[in-house]
Formats: sequence, C-alpha cells, structure tokens
Amino acid sequence: MKLKTFALGGVHPEEHKLSANAPIVNLPLPAQLVVPLGQNLGAPPKPIVKKGDEVKTGQLIARAEAFISANLHAPATGKVVKVDEATDTSGYRRPAIYIEVSGEDKWAEGINPTNELVTRLDYSRDEIIAKVKEAGIVGLGGATFPTHVKLMLPPGKKADYLLINGVECEPYLTSDHRLMLEKAQEIMQGIRLMMIALEVKRAIIGVENNKPDAIAHLAAMALAHPGISVQALKVKYPQGGEKQLIKALVNREVPSGKLPIEVGCVVSNVGTAFAVYEAVTKNKPLIERVVTVTGLGLTKPSNFLVRIGTPVSALIQAAGGMPENSGKIINGGPMMGKAMTTPEVPVVKGSSGILIMPRELSSRKEPQACIRCSKCTTVCPMGLEPYLLARLSKLERYEDTEREQIMDCIECGSCQFTCPSNIPLLDYLRLGKFRTGQLIRNRK
Amino acid sequence: MSKLIISGSPHVHGDESVSKIMYTVVLALVPAMLVSVYFFGFDAIRVLAISVAACVFFEWLIQKYLIKGPLTINDGSAVVAGVLLAFNVPANLPWWILVIGALVTIGVGKMSFGGLGRNPFNPALVGRVFMLISFPVQMTSWPVPKPLFAPQLTDAITGPTALGILKEGIGAGKTIDQIMADPHMPDYIDRLTGNMSGSLGEMSAMALILGGIFMVIRKVIDWQVPVSIIATVYVFAGIFHLIDPQHYIEPAFHLFTGGLMLGAIYMATDMVSSPMSMKGKVVYGVGIGLLTIIIRLWGAYPEGISFAILILNAFTPLINMTMKPKRFGKATA
Repeated sequence: MKLKTFALGGVHPEEHKLSANAPIVNLPLPAQLVVPLGQNLGAPPKPIVKKGDEVKTGQLIARAEAFISANLHAPATGKVVKVDEATDTSGYRRPAIYIEVSGEDKWAEGINPTNELVTRLDYSRDEIIAKVKEAGIVGLGGATFPTHVKLMLPPGKKADYLLINGVECEPYLTSDHRLMLEKAQEIMQGIRLMMIALEVKRAIIGVENNKPDAIAHLAAMALAHPGISVQALKVKYPQGGEKQLIKALVNREVPSGKLPIEVGCVVSNVGTAFAVYEAVTKNKPLIERVVTVTGLGLTKPSNFLVRIGTPVSALIQAAGGMPENSGKIINGGPMMGKAMTTPEVPVVKGSSGILIMPRELSSRKEPQACIRCSKCTTVCPMGLEPYLLARLSKLERYEDTEREQIMDCIECGSCQFTCPSNIPLLDYLRLGKFRTGQLIRNRK
Repeated sequence: MSKLIISGSPHVHGDESVSKIMYTVVLALVPAMLVSVYFFGFDAIRVLAISVAACVFFEWLIQKYLIKGPLTINDGSAVVAGVLLAFNVPANLPWWILVIGALVTIGVGKMSFGGLGRNPFNPALVGRVFMLISFPVQMTSWPVPKPLFAPQLTDAITGPTALGILKEGIGAGKTIDQIMADPHMPDYIDRLTGNMSGSLGEMSAMALILGGIFMVIRKVIDWQVPVSIIATVYVFAGIFHLIDPQHYIEPAFHLFTGGLMLGAIYMATDMVSSPMSMKGKVVYGVGIGLLTIIIRLWGAYPEGISFAILILNAFTPLINMTMKPKRFGKATA
C-alpha cells in the first residue's frame, strides 16, 4: 500500500535515531533550577514570587496576564534565591526565577504526582480548558503556542478533526517516539479530553513509518477509543510541519496566511496530549518534559524526563558527557534546532532534544555560485522559490519578497539542506521574512 | 572545551555538490563517447581531448589572469562544456578551429557573464554556433563513420548527414520516397545506433537516451525538458507529415537524426540557462521543439535545435518570472 504523505517537496535527511531504544529515565533534581519567564509563544507571564519565598513543586510562580501567554510553576520544592536575567537556549538574556532546590519533593496541594492511570473523562469543555490554562500547557512540539488558546475555537469556527502529531520527522530526536511507546494510554486519554474541549468526533494520530513499534502499539490502544485512529505516514521531512501534516492526513490545504482551523483542523503534539491528560486528571502543571540527548559521539544517547529549569549541561553529563571532539550543541533537531552558545542554559517547555555534533560535521561547507539547479524549488514544501527569495532578500527588495510569499516560508531548511552550492538560503530567507514582516506591520 | 560553533539551521546537509552534479553529467556522456570512439576511432579521442583541455585551460587562464578571482576548474563545469562542445563538431575538425571554439565557449559563453551560474546561454552552444557561422565548410564536412572492427566498404572520407540529404532533396523538388532511396541515407537501424555521418556525439540516440535516463534517476536533470522537446517535435512534425507525406518526412525521422537527442537531453537541460519551475521547463521544452521543427522545415539550415535552444535560453528569465511553481495553499479549484 502506498503510504500517505504531503504532496509538495520535502527531503529525506539521514536518520540517526540513536536513542530510539533508550527508555525514558527520570533525571535527578539539580541543586538549582533556572526558570525563564518567556517559555511560551506570546507574552511572558508575570512573576508572583520574590527572593526568599519558599515554593512547593507545582506551585504557581508566574501568572499569565495576556490572552496569549502561559502560567509558570515551580518545577521543584525549594527557595527562590533571585529573580534575575539568565541566558536561554537561543542565547538571549531573559528574566528568570532562580530556585535553590531543597532535595525533597513536596507537591503543592491538589496535585496527584503518581503514575497511576486515571481514566475519568466526565469533564466539561470549560473545565478542561480552565485546567489546561491553569497548568500552563504549551505546544510541546517546539512552537510553544499556549494550548488553552488553541482549544478555544474562534467564534463561528468548527473543527472536524483533531490531528495529533506523532511524526517526529527530525533526525536524531526520539522523545515523542518513547512517549508513544511508554505512555500510550495516557496519550489516548489526553486526546479524548481535547476532543471534548474541541467538540470533535475524530482524531487521527500521524506517525512516520520509521516507528513501526509506536504505530502498532498506538493502533492497539486506539481500539478502545472510538473516534481515534492511527495513520502510518511515509518518512519525509518536514511532515511534522502543521500544514504538511494536515495535507498528509486529511488532504486539506491551509490557505496562505491562514490557520489550520480554516480547514477544520486543530493540530497538537503527542507530548501535549500527554500534558493535557496530566493537567486535567491530576491537576499537574507542566513542570517537566521528555528530552532526547543524543549525538554520534555520545556514549549514552538517552531520553530523560527532566524538570524545567535543569541546566542542559546536567543532561549532557547524564548521557555520558561532552565528547572530546564536540563542535556544536543544538537545542532541537538538526534541521530546525538552534545552535547554543553554552550548555549552561536551562531546559524549557519547548526543549525537545539536545543534539551534540562532532566538530567535523559542525561547520558549513564553503558556498559556491548558484548553478540554478532548481533543487531548492523542487524540495520546498510550500511551493516557494528559495533561490529567488534569498536573492531578493539580499537585494533588500522586500516588496518583491512579500509578493513572492516569503511569509509562507516555514523555515524547515529543506532548501539549504539540498543546495549543491552550499548557499545559506535559510539565513537569507529568515532575514527577508523579518524585514518583510516589518514592512507589512508598518503599513497597517 | 574548545569554542562552540554557532550557525543557523539546518545543521546537516545532503550530499549534493556542484562537482558531483557535473561529474554525473560526464558519466552520463560516457556511452555516447564510446560510440563516437567506435565509429571515428582516434579522431574522436583527439577532438574530445583537445576540447576538454582547451576549455579547462581557458577557464583557468581567464580566472587567474583576467578576473584574478577564485579558480573553479575543479568543479567540473568546464569539463562538461568541453565534452559537449566536442560532441557538437565533426570528428575531423581542424584542431585550431576547436581551440577557437573553446575560447568562445568559455570566454564569451561563460566568463564574460561572470562564470558558472550566470551565463544566460548554454556555453557549448555559443561555441558551436560561433564555429558553425565562422567556419561553415569545416563545420559541415562530416566524416563517414568507420566502425573500428568492420571491413572498409567505401573510400568516402566525408558524407552528408541525413538531415542534409533531406534538405537538399526537398530543395531540389524531390519527393520523400525519392530522397529515402538515396544510397547515402542511413536506414532505421543505423539511425538508432548512430552509424551515420554527423557530429561526434549526436549520432547514437540509444547511447544518449541511456545517459539521459541515468541523469533523471540521479536527479541531475528533470524529465520535463527532454520529454516535452521530443514530444513537441514528434507531434508538430507528425501533423505536417499527415498533411503532405511526400513533402514532409515521418516524425520519427526527426527524432533520431541530427542533434535532436543530444540537444534535448544534454544541452537544453543545462541547469544554468533553463527555467526553474516544472511548468516553466515544459513551456521551454515545447518552445524548443516548435522552433526546431520550424527551422528544420523552412529554415536555411538542415539542423535547428542549437538555434532553438539558444533562442529559448533568452526567454528563460521571462519564463521564470511568469511560470511560478504551484504554491501551497493555493489549491487549483
């Protein structure tokens, strides 16, 4: 049978799922947690604790005041030592709450921290959304869009499908894969809860065919849940992109500049479904997540359950330490992740993986002249012309980049990945998107 | 710990490179090279060697002493231009004409526009057309093929090409049947294998198609350009053949004679001078096919594809501007 996939473009980077067989392991609490305030898309929450305050695990420490924002909770029991700036994974200095960890986990009232499976589903739509909002859940696929906002459909809009992203198309990353194998029951409950909140009858979990064990396991679990199905997908990057996933699963195309709800779809990650389950049935806020720590030179590529605020260096240590010839530390996968300036930064809600690249693979190759081979155009999943957009950006012709739909670029990097001349196409496209965005905003 | 490297994503790269693409093209040309050596022996080797060496030499010379820029002779593009140029000339072409052709190919066709990636026209065709116009006698005196191990039957040194016989016959008012009876006219088998007079590398349709399939599989070229050229030539020539079969030859004749296969598969598909989108490639291919047949049927030259490709090369920027790929989210309603 021909496997489903999205239609336009795409590439197939070499797979290195080194940690696919490493079960999720709890990472011990570090001595200090650094909890940055801006961990979600939208406005950062406002701190409600001050220096010297004692906090319990799961206690609210920063409150979302804007509509698109997310609450933040203490990831462990301890004492607030300062509210100051800290370097985050992207290298920026951001306000953060520093917590000295006491060592003993005292959970805040009302939270059920056990692993027992709760299958109670008699929650109302509003209850679910309120609990998700309270728990500070954001999209764990990496975009960190506040989940409660996604569950509240704009007036007049109706969703036909809840699409669950279990694709994990980034090479090296396995955190979603392990979660699907180890927490399938919980994920199913989370999906059911989101279906109630969205009032949809059908949910489809999309998983790429390089994870046959996860597909089989989820499919077996889904039998007990009417309305939920599992769809195996052809392995092709960037299938985890929201628009590509919708195209692959239900063959609908989100119009340029519009949101998935325009075609009756809401997309959420498997990790998010798990977090929704914990928030609704156990009142557990989002204070931990699964992070893959991997790399070709690493002695123990692993999947850890990590408290938010744990330094990345502690994760690397637990995975066997930095290999001698390391050249790059990437927050995320090799296609879309960000290179980090230092491992002394905290894990945040959006951290899906830490990838260490050997030095010889860390540097870009020397760019050569564009030979107009049109490979970038062939692989672009949005049907854009990266060579042209990069050139127009370089020439600062932002009216032209706008007309050529630069804002549709999803920054998947397929163009640069495939370019035989090693041209840093995505660098130019990002710059062009930024400038074109300014141009559009200034016009309003 | 030594310093970490910081750069934007993606952090991995596929294994494509310019030189890999260029040497894949060279590899695809090997079957046609072997056929030309089989039919023309040492002459074929001589022409190929002079052409490649001269192209690489002139690229080096210009980059080193005129542009004083980085040397790119290792990227393989000068080698490709050299082989293609050799394929477009008779095996007995005097060496000095070939050297001048190589200078025009690299100097005018490529470097005058800024080197690889910037040339609007296929450099080898610029060189070929220059030689054709400047040295028409030498460029149209084709040696009769002498298969390496076959007994020599004729003493003829040069002979007309199939298209030449056709053009002359039509000009003299002969019917197609009369022209086909000409003893110099190659038969079907000869046309397919390449046992006929013609330029070095244009004769064996089979060898050229073989290399073309290889390039499509290796994703060096897209099938849209050659297929649309060949289909257009066949359909367009076919229409006229149906109207007047005694004045217009059957369409398959056009496919396997002259430089059509070489042009369609190796010259028109030149990445630099052909359009970027699949739609654009089809428009470009149809344009080349139409123009080729127009020149072949009513033009002054028996052959037309070189001119057709160069003219459509000039339209490439216009095609790129108007023929956009199908954007995501703009469903064809």
